[in-house]
Amino acid sequence: MIERIRRLGRWGCSALESLGDAGIFLAQSMFGIPSVEGIRLWLRQVHFVGVLSLAIVLVSGLFIGMVLALQGYTILVDFGAEDALGQMVALSLLRELAPVVAALLFAGRAGSALTAEIGLMKATEQLTSMEMIGVDPLRRIVAPRLWAGFVALPLLTIGFGVVGVWGGQLVGVQWLGVFEGSYWGNMQASVDFIGDVGNGLLKSLVFALVVTWIAVYQGYALVPTSEGISRATTRTVVYASLAVLGLDFLLTAVMFGGLS
Amino acid sequence: MTDSPFVEVEGLHYARGETAIFRGIDMVIPRGQVTAIMGPSGTGKTTLLKLVGGQLAPDAGRVRIDGEDVHRLSRKSLFGLRRRMGMLFQSGALFSDLNVYENVAFPLRVHTDLPESMIRDLVLLKLQAVGLRGARELSPAELSGGMARRVALARAIALDPELILYDEPFVGQDPISMGVLVQLIRRLNDALGLTAVVVSHDIKETLSIADYVYVIADGQVMAHGTPESLDVDQDARVRQFVHGEPDGPVPFHYPATDFHADLMDAGGRQ
Amino acid sequence: MKRSKTMELGVGLFMLAGIIGLVFLGLRVSGLSLQTPESRFELQANFANIGGLKPRARVTMAGVTVGRVESIELDTEWYDARVVMEIDGELEGKLPEDSTAAILTSGLLGEQYIGLSVGGAPETLEGGDRIRDTQSALVLEELIQQFVSNMASE
Repeated sequence: MIERIRRLGRWGCSALESLGDAGIFLAQSMFGIPSVEGIRLWLRQVHFVGVLSLAIVLVSGLFIGMVLALQGYTILVDFGAEDALGQMVALSLLRELAPVVAALLFAGRAGSALTAEIGLMKATEQLTSMEMIGVDPLRRIVAPRLWAGFVALPLLTIGFGVVGVWGGQLVGVQWLGVFEGSYWGNMQASVDFIGDVGNGLLKSLVFALVVTWIAVYQGYALVPTSEGISRATTRTVVYASLAVLGLDFLLTAVMFGGLS
Repeated sequence: MTDSPFVEVEGLHYARGETAIFRGIDMVIPRGQVTAIMGPSGTGKTTLLKLVGGQLAPDAGRVRIDGEDVHRLSRKSLFGLRRRMGMLFQSGALFSDLNVYENVAFPLRVHTDLPESMIRDLVLLKLQAVGLRGARELSPAELSGGMARRVALARAIALDPELILYDEPFVGQDPISMGVLVQLIRRLNDALGLTAVVVSHDIKETLSIADYVYVIADGQVMAHGTPESLDVDQDARVRQFVHGEPDGPVPFHYPATDFHADLMDAGGRQ
Repeated sequence: MKRSKTMELGVGLFMLAGIIGLVFLGLRVSGLSLQTPESRFELQANFANIGGLKPRARVTMAGVTVGRVESIELDTEWYDARVVMEIDGELEGKLPEDSTAAILTSGLLGEQYIGLSVGGAPETLEGGDRIRDTQSALVLEELIQQFVSNMASE
């Protein structure tokens, strides 16, 4: 019994310790003076994590918007309220689905790639040799990736939302015959720019920070073997997804749940 | 001051987890010479280089480079000190996102404000020294192992360091590139007068270029001396290592129970 | 070098697309208008019960949207609800003083909004004035109660 309590204590201590390590890691890498070179590196990472994730995010957004319209229509039409379809599609996309699903896709597409890339750099001693040359890998490798994720995910989320609303319109208006004026009109009457679009983007900024942080930290701290890399990549996706969903609940409770 | 040793290691203790890797290492590396550190695999030779380079901190003891205690320096002055060191890694460790030219130019770009034309001259000079000026447009993935190591060597000497650390430079090389590397290391040392530390377990090649040799085993310095004196050393462990005898004080077998008993045990369980 | 140029172009387009997307979300989805806020004026109205009226609800006149509800608060003098509305500036000084405001519902389950109807008095409403004649929201429970008590008294 005492052994079990001790084991729990040891687990708690080591969890706290690695959380502290990750925090120091984040602080050390985020606050460096950006140089011209740094901006070039950052651009390259925005390309890598943002532009190259665009296709999967937009296609998913389109389908989710279309499914929302289809499902929403079958429910709303029972109440004769299919005019509220635009409102339903837009609010569920902007408040929940766009930030969350884009973040989950981002964790799978870009986060795992970041972990594997940094892990391979570690395994082939590139990080060590950079340190020996006298360049801090936190600044040179980690910081541009962190900032790129921080910028790219909110942009992807906007793209997701736009395409989703358009996909909902495609199904609802063009296919199911909801009146176009009431689709957009009800949407405009109920969506608040600050309250809905703004809060959705705020969520997405938080998710961007957390997902990229987990991804680069897992890559930086992994055991440099092929098994270690594969484990760390899996951990990135699992931890990042759990963190996104958990934080989403907290943020929703604070933003929309009347807890203030 | 120039006669004082460049690197001094005093009473170094280091443990990874529960296993003690070093139990009191003392070492003096003189200026302007090639010093070899040898020992069987798994004795922590690479770890020793990382301790010297300040990437790991020892549990006890000191490493002084040119009079400065490496592990007492702030992060900033440590990076400053590293500008004066070059290190050649076992795998080469070229940056996979840069081509050969940019890899060699990397230390110049981050540490100097030289104009582009000057950087170009310096890079071509270093690449010429390792015989790979023609390969400057290739990416690291297109290089053979030996070529990658030579590019890494060019990068390590790009800033004309005072100390260069070689981590297993001969491992996994074919005889030709091995010969090229041996020659390069010796020639660079003679031409530039830098201090070199070679970590290796390739006896023949290492002994042929080293001025002084340390042999470490079981976390301690087992023997040290010039290559000639080691060759005729009477200590059984040194002899086994230097002459490559398969069994001796360093046993061939990993510690295990009696072989016969082990076999019978397995048979009995069936 | 050429590759990095196309990459920069890609990143630039990506960010531009993001900004355009945000503008789309602002204008088309949340219905922000680019009109300057100067061309609006405030009117107040007190209601005995606002039902489900919310800030940002529409204010209409003959079915045409002419403004939005700015804020709703409890008036502690009479313990009724004070609703502040923002109305299009071009109507300032044109609405008669005895105009009425009613809380209406769009459809059976739709949202609630304010409908203004014009009166006939010569004096007109200026910014900050109060509409006196108001009609509260219909609360379903009260309607049912009335209906039941009418039935019982018959």
